[in-house]
Amino acid sequence: MSVETREAATAPAAAARTRRPRRTDKQRADNKLGWMLAGPAFAVMLLVTAYPILQATWDSLWDYRLTTPDDREFVGLSNYAVILSDPLWWRVVGVTLLITVITVVVELVLGFALALVMHRALTRLRPILRTAILIPYSIITVVSAFAWQFAFAVDTGFVNPWFDWVPGVSETTDWFGGFGSSIFVIIMSEIWKTTPFISLLLLAGLAQVPEEMQEAAMVDGATWWQRLYKVTVPNMKAAIMVALLFRTLDAFRIFDNVFVMTAGAQNTETVSLLAYRQTIQRLEIGLGSAVSVLLFLAVLLISFSLIRLFKIDLAAARGER
Amino acid sequence: MREYSTRQRVLWIVGGALIIIYCLFPVAWLTSLSFKAPADLTNRQFLPTEPSTENYEQILPGGSAADLFMPALRNSIGISLIATFIAVVLAMFAAYAIARLDFSGKRLILTSALAVAIFPVVSIVTPLFNLWRNIGLYDTWPGLIIPYLSLTLPLSIWTMSAFFREIPWEMEQAAQVDGATSWQAFRRVIVPLAAPGVFTTAIISFFIAWNDFVYGISLTSTSAARPVPAALSFFTGESQFVEPTGAISAAAIIVTIPVVVLVLIFQRRIVAGLTNGAVKG
Repeated sequence: MSVETREAATAPAAAARTRRPRRTDKQRADNKLGWMLAGPAFAVMLLVTAYPILQATWDSLWDYRLTTPDDREFVGLSNYAVILSDPLWWRVVGVTLLITVITVVVELVLGFALALVMHRALTRLRPILRTAILIPYSIITVVSAFAWQFAFAVDTGFVNPWFDWVPGVSETTDWFGGFGSSIFVIIMSEIWKTTPFISLLLLAGLAQVPEEMQEAAMVDGATWWQRLYKVTVPNMKAAIMVALLFRTLDAFRIFDNVFVMTAGAQNTETVSLLAYRQTIQRLEIGLGSAVSVLLFLAVLLISFSLIRLFKIDLAAARGER
Repeated sequence: MREYSTRQRVLWIVGGALIIIYCLFPVAWLTSLSFKAPADLTNRQFLPTEPSTENYEQILPGGSAADLFMPALRNSIGISLIATFIAVVLAMFAAYAIARLDFSGKRLILTSALAVAIFPVVSIVTPLFNLWRNIGLYDTWPGLIIPYLSLTLPLSIWTMSAFFREIPWEMEQAAQVDGATSWQAFRRVIVPLAAPGVFTTAIISFFIAWNDFVYGISLTSTSAARPVPAALSFFTGESQFVEPTGAISAAAIIVTIPVVVLVLIFQRRIVAGLTNGAVKG
């Protein structure tokens, strides 16, 4: 120890040289221990995702139906050609995008409003609000889907009698009888269920906006609206972007709500539902796998373009900064 | 905290009340529905004309639909708990390495956890469906526990590393300097500091497993392994002319109770766990 300090004082360059291998030693030991500790988790994670997607990619190159397993035939990319040239696929993608865009936009706005109220709420009210807002988040999606379905259903619902003063709604309105109204209910339930998560992320972001900046802006005579736009939002960009990214990807995979409410009827089928129907119900392993791979690629594409487009900083998202 | 005028105070209370109504309304509706007698289900009002526990009697032991609900409840509890436990144990070691060691795999592991978290479940289920049928895991507990790890593990790694990063690890050394053995230092200092993070991660992870639907309907076919959300979608009425609305509502409320209880007790921690990992400016 003392030798090293003396050396460091007299010859900094030499010290740096002698110290470097020491650091690598520690690093190497840390590395080894690190992989021993984190390796199993990492391996399991890869095993349960990387393996299936590779298998799906392989299966997607075959004409393979479980009902006639012996007729398995290698067909290259023709499953993809079949899907991509089918208007059904594009309709399904369109519906999924429609649901994604509407829910994410509404949820960001509504979630921000909720976050603002919670941020400024009276201290005594805050734990109550926090508890309430966690209920939609933590409830089972299928349960929430049933709640919304029963509320709108013609026979059991209270929505028709309550809202019969709204033009177009009457005692006998069949919400699940047409595309527009079905999608409306699906989107409503999705928004109800997932807005709280967004608002919690945004609330955490709000807490990081420096209070002094707000006060300075107020002294400078900025209106509430100006402060929101010029101070609050820019300072919590990271939180907004993370919320946007997670929710968009989540919404694009929507399955539970649609399955419970319409099961894809009235043209409300989404990409996930299509993959499920092909594989699990029709046992078309080849075609279903191709849909799964396309869904996976779409999710990748969306995440890369969002990260690029909005320069989302994942290091910040990981909490490394 | 700032001072509020009476007018602002009223405004915030109204805002808060709106939020509470927003959050609880569908749950209240389902609860009310679950207490409607079969003939009353179509009264098309929010509240039951005459509250009845008939739906609950139907799905609980001794009832006509008990064999639909009770095995599913047992499956859901067992499979979710095991999947949560495995994920939390694996993630604990990983998160320790990520938070504490100078270790090259850090970024790789966190980025993979993120990638796995955004992975479409349906893309995993397709190949597993075929594989599980071939190797005999179809419609079994392990056949669901293994894929559930793709849901619970990345989230656990992510959340727990964020918690562990905040632990003042120097305190361990400080305790050792004060004469504690390393085991004592670990047990008396680090375990109490880390336990809340581990526990919170377990709760959030459990929610995710409890919520699963896609794996549940795709990888099971009987009550041997089918969890509640999947079972709900297969509920049928006593005859084909009776809608299972009442039974579904009652079952839905029963599986919502544990979640609500956890939220009521641990709301502060759950919020910290959900946002800690995701937002650091």
